[in-house]
Amino acid sequence: MAWLSRPLRARATGSLLWPWLCAASVALSLLMLATLLTLLATRGLGHFWPAELEEVTLHSGDTVIGQPVREAPLPNAAGVERLYFTGNRDIGGESWRWVALDDIDTVAVPDDLIRLERAPWGDFIGRLDEVESAGQRFEDEAAWAFVAHAMTLPESQRPIAQLRLTAANGQIITQPLEGITRFQAPNAMSWEQKVVAWSERIWQFLSEGPRAANTGGGVWPAIFGTVLMVILMSVIVTPFGVLAAIYLNEIAHQNRLTRLVRIGVRNLAGVPSIVYGVFGLGVFVYGIGGSIDSWFFEDALPSPTFGTGGLLWASLTLALLTLPVVIVATEEGLARIPDAQREGAVALGATRLEMLTRVVLPMATPAMLTGVILAVARAAGEVAPLMLVGVAKLAPQMPVDGEFPYLHLERKFMHLGYHLFDTAFHGEDVQAAIPLVFATALLLVLIVLVLNLTAIFLRHYLRRQRGNEC
Amino acid sequence: MLALSSANPTQAPVTRFSAETCCLSINQFHLAYAGKTALRDLTLDVPRHRVTAFIGPSGCGKSTLLRAINRLHDLNESVTHHGQIQLEDQDIHAPQMNVTELRRRVGMVFQTPNPFPMSIYENVAFGLRLQGRLPKRKRDDIIEWALTSAALWDEVKDRLHRSAWQLSGGQQQRLVIARTLAVQPDVLLLDEPASALDPISTLKIEELIRNLKSQLTLVLVTHNMQQAARVSDYTAFLQQGELVEYGPTDQVFTNPRLQRTENYITGRMT
Repeated sequence: MAWLSRPLRARATGSLLWPWLCAASVALSLLMLATLLTLLATRGLGHFWPAELEEVTLHSGDTVIGQPVREAPLPNAAGVERLYFTGNRDIGGESWRWVALDDIDTVAVPDDLIRLERAPWGDFIGRLDEVESAGQRFEDEAAWAFVAHAMTLPESQRPIAQLRLTAANGQIITQPLEGITRFQAPNAMSWEQKVVAWSERIWQFLSEGPRAANTGGGVWPAIFGTVLMVILMSVIVTPFGVLAAIYLNEIAHQNRLTRLVRIGVRNLAGVPSIVYGVFGLGVFVYGIGGSIDSWFFEDALPSPTFGTGGLLWASLTLALLTLPVVIVATEEGLARIPDAQREGAVALGATRLEMLTRVVLPMATPAMLTGVILAVARAAGEVAPLMLVGVAKLAPQMPVDGEFPYLHLERKFMHLGYHLFDTAFHGEDVQAAIPLVFATALLLVLIVLVLNLTAIFLRHYLRRQRGNEC
Repeated sequence: MLALSSANPTQAPVTRFSAETCCLSINQFHLAYAGKTALRDLTLDVPRHRVTAFIGPSGCGKSTLLRAINRLHDLNESVTHHGQIQLEDQDIHAPQMNVTELRRRVGMVFQTPNPFPMSIYENVAFGLRLQGRLPKRKRDDIIEWALTSAALWDEVKDRLHRSAWQLSGGQQQRLVIARTLAVQPDVLLLDEPASALDPISTLKIEELIRNLKSQLTLVLVTHNMQQAARVSDYTAFLQQGELVEYGPTDQVFTNPRLQRTENYITGRMT
């Protein structure tokens, strides 16, 4: 029996192993996805949490006030150092400070430490001494109450006041109230207050425009630009893709040329996106945009109107990029419809057009939506071609406003993907930008998710209306 | 009424009917798929208000013939044909013949039920809507009449606006028949209408076919010999694209003229 058992055992092991291998691959991909989302969520959302401020006294007698960010080992195993965010760029010039743990004498968390977000100089961390407003002086409790009350008022109704602040090194500065966007004393806040402050900051991030060269403030213009561009792209790509798929599947003779076209279309999906960007720049922006300018906007020349990157050209370029996806998905949907349905319609006296519009297309709608979902997912995350055809680091105007014609297709726009890239690599303070990068990335994922879910629910609804699967 | 004549002594005897009773007249009809002959010089008449069954082994051309009567082959460019098919003395391939109108007059029901992905009501209304607007009252009446004629009204009258795909297979097939009846065709072509159904649904369809005879002319393609014997008045036996034998069903089944027919009917095919 021995001669038989060895190969048998090997085969048995092999056949037991492969389901595990498959399961392991699934588990690994799920794990990576979960890690990605957790990382984005914790690093991104954690940034908005009102973190505790520490007052650190060093052996040298120096005082450091700041928010501990992370720790790193010193070279030559000489201990560990901790990075503090200290703010106060106007005083020391640096808003970050590495402190070796061995140098620390005491660490305290006093309640009277405050953190201000200010317009020109970034955050201030320190203490509030007194407030002077309209000849009146407020100290301690009264000063706090005054500032806290002023911050609840809308910006235009805030009183004119000067805040006297003490920094960690004892330096006293005067800060006008009007430059302050947030006043916080995180150490004194209760847990509920922190949650409220946290959600307020997240809301500000979502609803406000960027400040301080994209390293602060919110991303609302970028959210708006991304969604608007994706919607415009879908509006352009869907009819084109669907009509092309109908032609390929329903009208064209199925011969070698059709097959060649089909292979070509499928391969277009694999062309690097930057190539589409170059095409868009050459054909849409310089070619078509340039011609439009010379015909209709001669007065404005030499400053270009359509002859420069803009919302329309970006949407068109991305529509071109996602066209193969829509064509392929729609074609597959059309091919799945049984010929019996087509014959049934024709046998009732329907013309080819009636058969298409009344039976075939309604049945293929879920497949088309699948194509649009894939297109949206691809387009929302695409950055490279947009850099060539119209995305801006900081767009001065939103592409939609109250001014006729309300939707300004020629304007440059902001995009979350590009905003992320810009925040990460072109900011003045890269350390400060890192949490924003994570938050923006999380937001981008969420937006793609929301856009997809909308299409998925629409598809589900259509299927439900039909009765069942198709 | 019946005038039997042999058009060609070596070929199968052809049953011809005088003009009053003849609904469909097929004359020397020949059809090929991409050069491959599927129907060879077929000549037969289908009598009005009767059920005519086409039987024969798979690939004998009976479904092809049925589809030719509806001109469904128009969709396929590789099909060539010559010869005549006349519907009430009009050549269906004549240039002045409106295909859409022909297909309204010649309804067709397929092997697998193919209700459209819409409500029961909309399925039956589909053919009506193609012909233009009708007052809603009138359309409702026609739909009720069609569903009643297809023996489906009682089962679906409470859920007319539900999806047709929720019906059972047998109900779907009757819905398809109702859909076809709604445009009031002269001829109803049935391509193995019960082959995908269970025995009870099959019986219902057969009963329906017998009842519909008073309203229109029916042509039935079937693999089921008993079904042909049960429901049809005339039977045509086709083999390899040729008409082998055609006559009253009783005669074809009990006393076939040719040995080939008898072999097929009794299951002694070699």
